[in-house]
Amino acid sequence: MAKRARFVVAAAVVTLLLVLPLLLPGPVPLHIMIMTFNFALLGVGWNIMGGYAGMFSFGQAAFFGIGAYASSWLLTAHGVNPWLGLLVGGVLAAVTAAAIGWPCSKLRGHYFAIASIAFAEIVRIHFNNWKLVGAAEGLTIPMAEPGLLNFQFHGSKAPYYYIALAFLAVGLMVSRWVATSRAGFYFRAIKESHELAMVLGISFVRYRMLATMLAAFLSAAAGTFYAQYILYLDPESVIILPISVQVVLVSMLGGAGTIFGPVVGAAILVPISEITRVELGHRGTGVDMMVYGALIWLISVYQPRGVWGFLSSLGRRKAPAPTAAPAPEARP
Amino acid sequence: MLEFDRVSVGYKDLTVIHDVSFRVGEGEVVSLVGSNGAGKSTILRAIAGLLTPSRGEIRLRGQAIHRTPAYEIVKRRVAMVPEGRQLFGRLSVWDNLQMGAYTLRSKREIAESLKEVLALFPILEDRRDQRAETLSGGEQQQLAIARGLMSRPELLLLDEPSLGIMPKLVTEIFRTIREISKKGITVLLVEQNVFEALEVADRAYVLQTGRIVLEGPGAELQRSDLVRHAYLGSSGLAEAAGEEARP
Repeated sequence: MAKRARFVVAAAVVTLLLVLPLLLPGPVPLHIMIMTFNFALLGVGWNIMGGYAGMFSFGQAAFFGIGAYASSWLLTAHGVNPWLGLLVGGVLAAVTAAAIGWPCSKLRGHYFAIASIAFAEIVRIHFNNWKLVGAAEGLTIPMAEPGLLNFQFHGSKAPYYYIALAFLAVGLMVSRWVATSRAGFYFRAIKESHELAMVLGISFVRYRMLATMLAAFLSAAAGTFYAQYILYLDPESVIILPISVQVVLVSMLGGAGTIFGPVVGAAILVPISEITRVELGHRGTGVDMMVYGALIWLISVYQPRGVWGFLSSLGRRKAPAPTAAPAPEARP
Repeated sequence: MLEFDRVSVGYKDLTVIHDVSFRVGEGEVVSLVGSNGAGKSTILRAIAGLLTPSRGEIRLRGQAIHRTPAYEIVKRRVAMVPEGRQLFGRLSVWDNLQMGAYTLRSKREIAESLKEVLALFPILEDRRDQRAETLSGGEQQQLAIARGLMSRPELLLLDEPSLGIMPKLVTEIFRTIREISKKGITVLLVEQNVFEALEVADRAYVLQTGRIVLEGPGAELQRSDLVRHAYLGSSGLAEAAGEEARP
């Protein structure tokens, strides 16, 4: 697709997203959009470690939960502003990712995936028994004066919509930076051949940890947003395996290793999940999973590069050119 | 430069190399020859830091490196060109070369290294934007060696550079190895193509089932009965020499 055409399409999409709250009827479609943006952000985070660096984590819910709990506990226990809590939660999640990433740095493939599930389960059980943060009862965020400063809006969901959209935009910028930076280049080298990357002198421990920390920070930001949006959280709503699985599915369906893949994946999967939940209630439990299963089967058989990969290939005749390495630069 | 001192190494419980010792002097081309499964590649992987010996020591310029991780070994100016090329197939030729320069610290160093490498393999300049997987086998091998040279190594480990290459290009690859050696780079070469490997080598070691059974200057080993019968066939050397002599 020509550069100009791409610009026109991008401008149209951005304009549509900005005016959408004015066009959508009622709060439910807006809620679906908000949840889509939030899962897209989680997917964008996962994509940095799973899509670019090849670390298939099924434990992103742990970082989502850490972010949600950090800002919520700081707010309820110490009155810390949730925006500051968001930063603290992000840093805490990144530090936790580094702490767990170091011993897991030599694990690959299935072993890494299993370790990530175990890690998330440990975090869930810990929070379920941690009285300081409300244990199994969770935390209820007190109502505050609505406004951007307090990160609370009572009259309409539209402000949450715009904040979620802004968060996603920041996530996409981080993802783009990773995709085009030398770090991203080395992420892909490690993903393609771990041993070869080592032989070339690439410190896989350093780059795997960097990918994990970036993913953790973005997941934690999504967690803080979720907590401020729902105003209640407990371990069973934020640190559970289905969330981690959905994050992986969002990225894989949309196109792992692409910048916009997780957004496309979230735009397909989250509405399915939310609509079946709203329309079918508890009777519909599992219907979304059946649909996910069918979609994943279709995409893995017919379009392994994901929906975004398929859409991109429609826009050009030839196979995509390899991502060029950025200009060589000095390293510390 | 490199001392492999009574080393035993293998994979988990399976020891492939038993109590092997050899050395590689500064500026030499040393070949390790032997049949498939003799343990040649295992030796290179141990030197590159991908395997840790269960016994013995590997020393580089007198310093033990047998417990040093692979990505640290490269910083000590050792580069490995692995068997089967192992390029980043979906990346361009240029990106593959950049990947080889990971340990270089300045733009100037990278540019100089690139210039030297392209002087050796001018075809890569023409192919710079092409995906590595679309190159021919010979070009891929050139790229793999070029990528290894990008880190400006003092010791180059070459694992089966002639594997899967058409005979005409094999000669070209070995000519390049001589040129690399002339630049003062020490080369440790592992090969199944025994004739060419001994031809290019200052010294060579013959490996059988994880043990060194013969060593000496390349030309001398070419004349040894063991090498002639086991690897070149009774008339193999004469035939190979005849091939060489033909224009």
